[in-house]
Amino acid sequence: MTETATKAPSELVTNSLVRYTELPFDAGLAAVITLDNGRDHTKPTTLGQGGLEALAQALDEVAAKPGVAATIVTGKPYFFLVGADLKNIGMVRDKAMAHEIASYGHEVFSKLADLRMPTFAAINGAAMGGGLELALYADYRSISTAAAAIALPEVFLGIIPGWGGTYLLPHLIGAPNAIKVIVDNPLSNNKMLKPQEAFDLGIADVIYPAPDFLEKTFVWAAKIVLGQTKVERKPVDTGAQWADAVADARKRVAARVRGAARSAYVAIDLIEGNAKRTRAEGFAAEDDALADLVMSDYFRAGLYSFDLVQRRAKKPAGAPDTSLARPVTKVGVIGAGLMASQLALLFLRRLEVPVVITDIDQARIDKGLAYIRGELAKALERGRMSQTAHDRALQNISGSLDYQAFKDADFIIEAVFEELSLKIEIFKKLEGYISDTAVLATNTSSLSVTKMAAPLTHPERVLGFHFFNPVAVMPLLEIAKGELTDDATVATAFEVAKKLKKTSILVKDAPAFVVNRLLMRFMGEIFRAVDEGADVDVADRSVDDFGLPMRVFQLLELVGPGVGYHVSKTMQDAFPDRFYASANMKALIDANVSPITVYEGDKAVLTPAALAVMKFGDKKPTGEEIRARVLAALADETNRMLEEGVVSEVQDIDLGMITGAGWPFWLGGLSPYLDREGVSEKVNGKRFLPKGVASVT
Amino acid sequence: MYSETRADDLLVRVVRELLERNPKLPPSRIDDIAIAATTQTGDQGMTLGRTIGILAGLPHSVPGYAIDRMCAGAMTAVTTTASGIAVGAYDVAIAAGVEHMGRHPMGETFDPNPRFLAEKIVNPDALVMGQTAENLHDRFPHITKERADAYAAASQDKTAKAYANGRIQPDLVPVAVRTAAEGVALATADEPPRPGTTVEGLAGLRTPFRSHGRVTAGNAAGLNDGATGAILAAEEIADELGLNKKLRLVSFAFAGVEPEIMGYGPVPSTEKALAKAGLSIEDMGYIEINEAFAVQVLSFLDYYKIDDDDPRVNPMGGAIAVGHPLASSGIRLMQYLAREFADAPNVRYGLTTMCIGLGMGGSVIWENPNYQGAQSKAA
Repeated sequence: MTETATKAPSELVTNSLVRYTELPFDAGLAAVITLDNGRDHTKPTTLGQGGLEALAQALDEVAAKPGVAATIVTGKPYFFLVGADLKNIGMVRDKAMAHEIASYGHEVFSKLADLRMPTFAAINGAAMGGGLELALYADYRSISTAAAAIALPEVFLGIIPGWGGTYLLPHLIGAPNAIKVIVDNPLSNNKMLKPQEAFDLGIADVIYPAPDFLEKTFVWAAKIVLGQTKVERKPVDTGAQWADAVADARKRVAARVRGAARSAYVAIDLIEGNAKRTRAEGFAAEDDALADLVMSDYFRAGLYSFDLVQRRAKKPAGAPDTSLARPVTKVGVIGAGLMASQLALLFLRRLEVPVVITDIDQARIDKGLAYIRGELAKALERGRMSQTAHDRALQNISGSLDYQAFKDADFIIEAVFEELSLKIEIFKKLEGYISDTAVLATNTSSLSVTKMAAPLTHPERVLGFHFFNPVAVMPLLEIAKGELTDDATVATAFEVAKKLKKTSILVKDAPAFVVNRLLMRFMGEIFRAVDEGADVDVADRSVDDFGLPMRVFQLLELVGPGVGYHVSKTMQDAFPDRFYASANMKALIDANVSPITVYEGDKAVLTPAALAVMKFGDKKPTGEEIRARVLAALADETNRMLEEGVVSEVQDIDLGMITGAGWPFWLGGLSPYLDREGVSEKVNGKRFLPKGVASVT
Repeated sequence: MYSETRADDLLVRVVRELLERNPKLPPSRIDDIAIAATTQTGDQGMTLGRTIGILAGLPHSVPGYAIDRMCAGAMTAVTTTASGIAVGAYDVAIAAGVEHMGRHPMGETFDPNPRFLAEKIVNPDALVMGQTAENLHDRFPHITKERADAYAAASQDKTAKAYANGRIQPDLVPVAVRTAAEGVALATADEPPRPGTTVEGLAGLRTPFRSHGRVTAGNAAGLNDGATGAILAAEEIADELGLNKKLRLVSFAFAGVEPEIMGYGPVPSTEKALAKAGLSIEDMGYIEINEAFAVQVLSFLDYYKIDDDDPRVNPMGGAIAVGHPLASSGIRLMQYLAREFADAPNVRYGLTTMCIGLGMGGSVIWENPNYQGAQSKAA
């Protein structure tokens, strides 16, 4: 060990408890190492410096003890081991220290592989990152059907599996599947494996049902020790199949992140080299790669995002005390169009309370009900809903033209046409039927909550409750407090959002709140450039390095040009100096042109119908120029939003962009990226975040 | 070793192992699950027969219930489900029993009615098992401490030999255990036996129930944790499914005695069971009698004029060595008998019998399905 690495004072050390027990069938004595931090399931086991030292000590003890026929490593209930202590890694201040953490991990884990007797990893629970890597050092692995999350998520955070994963996993299950686990899954919003999948891939040799998992593992281990059972593994192709898998992966990743997720490329490079490397060489390469990435801003930004999504999302900033929240036992949804129906479905499934929908005529209501019932039936059919839950939801959904049906609703959300006077009319009418404290929530994306509330008898129960599309998938929920909204209403809204399993942020009643405001500013620059005469494809690719899930014009087609234009117009009215509403866009909408752009291969082109109505300037801004404008615009707008108090801290803006606009983890949300690019300082004279929060320095 | 293991988890292991060892039995054919525990609270509460069925992964269509007759819980689970089979209500059933005396000491939930003592309905000794054992020594003075200690040492010795000969292990279910302080291990053998126990060693033990008494920790069963289980089936169904028949029920009986000499219970219950079977004690090729206390076993043997060291009696040892987790012991006796039957096809009948707290006895007479010919009385 070295002097540079020290135990983080706050490390919850995972102990390696050593216990000796007789194997069945007189197969001999087994050493059992149980990884346990002495806490319950709310504190998963991770390995920091202390944990690694404890494991080293345990493995040394077992190595020195005579007469041990097998060594089995397992975890505490629900967890095998969930990886390196990220706090520990976040504290690393220089490359040497980072290198040391990587190499010490290799050194300690190798002690398991070097034990002279058969070794087993009994994967009883979640095994992620370094936890899964440890299991790979054992000669054999069993997995429980209850081992919930199996993954190597390091690439998702901005690093690589640096404790042996990039070497050991492909040499165990082949490069194609190893790449899936190490690269593709993390890039797919950190998808993890279920136990059966891990077994099918060959990560585990056997899978046992949870109630007997340990017993069966002991029996299996005994039979292996006695030579009665042999484990056969498919031989791994380190030649063409490996090389092809690497080449395919590079293409796939490039298409997906367009250069942005550095860790994915590094992981692929490592796997490529590992085909021919020895174990020691592979580990050394990991040491270097990990040291490099740990000391990158990009990883720190990933940690920052991870922390936002894990911790801040669970305790939204500014939410009033939950004791102020009122119970919600019945929900009303105004509107029966697709958006409103999706909302009704969400409330039905997550809150499990009666939901009433309404619209301007019975035909629309029936259509909405039919859609909702159809979706419930589909969910039941696909096994995503139990019969009991399905039947309950069916009983709970109803429609009514008569607002009497809402009189006992506690929470009513409107998702009607985006027009202020219409929304006010509806709210006024509802007030004639509902209780004084029922929450009136609006899904408006750009209108003023305060203006909607003002004419009402009880304006204090009105607030914005803004979802993102598609409702079932996008986690973000913007909760907008109007000038007159009271705390009980806000508290109730946060409780509902929690039950809906959404990530909510508290925002001031400002135009387009957070995400759409920034997106409009961003898109505005793109459209302005195109209107000026920029090539559409150049504009479309100008911000590729953001790594957004889709190109700008793809996003436009998804959102719908009509909606996009409408919001941009609202923004322009509010902030005419900055927000751009494209006259070309208006012309395209008026002429009903759809689609506006298509992709020929990878290249965006305007359709002939679009070209027919559009007028262009004669300037030709380059991709670089467009990108610079976009970045400056985003930095400017973010700063203004903070000054206006739209949110209390920039962390909420970053959280919003990650969960509402698909901003990737590896950018750390918006502000770390702007800081890193130097744009924040250039435009606002200062960074958004202090150095070290989402960056190395 | 089970200090941090839940009682219901022990039962899940037993039930799952039963099904695994009997793959020809489709779980959906099980008509009921009867599970016994004396202290039905916490991890021994919640209607064990049902919860265990669900936790063990049986189909939801299989029902279950909980049952209690203190020490004879498992035995009563057997006789009750057997009765269900006999009357045609069940084809197949599971009977099981558990007692985690570490988590649930005897009497944990007792709240004796004041009338017991106020109206002198029972002698105060009735609630203290050790006292009832001392009372038995008084009632039968020729059962001396020396005899009791000799019997106890022999039980330890027989148990050690049974382990050495691999006769006990095949019917044990391995259980993974965990303690927070030490981690995971595997339990593969009974924890309480003390091989090498001698009469001399036992002689010096204190007598906690009475000064200068006769009952010690060494000549009584220890307090411990365990679980047992068995599959019962109508014979024609067992044949249809191709199940391995180990014991065939002939008769059973329960009877009461004065609570203050509860250990005597096996005598009247055995008399009753024999009478119902039309058999005599001489017909019993093996006798598995629970060893709650050595004195109580000896009182039974004396009644039937059987020698203390008769080879028919508990040939594989008993509760004095392996303990008596109350509601589970009944099936352990049957399991030992089944092992004895399997190794002696010339033996036709066997008896499982036990004394029960508050003064009862339970007896079940079994026939050996492997019986092939003339029975010899000495095993």
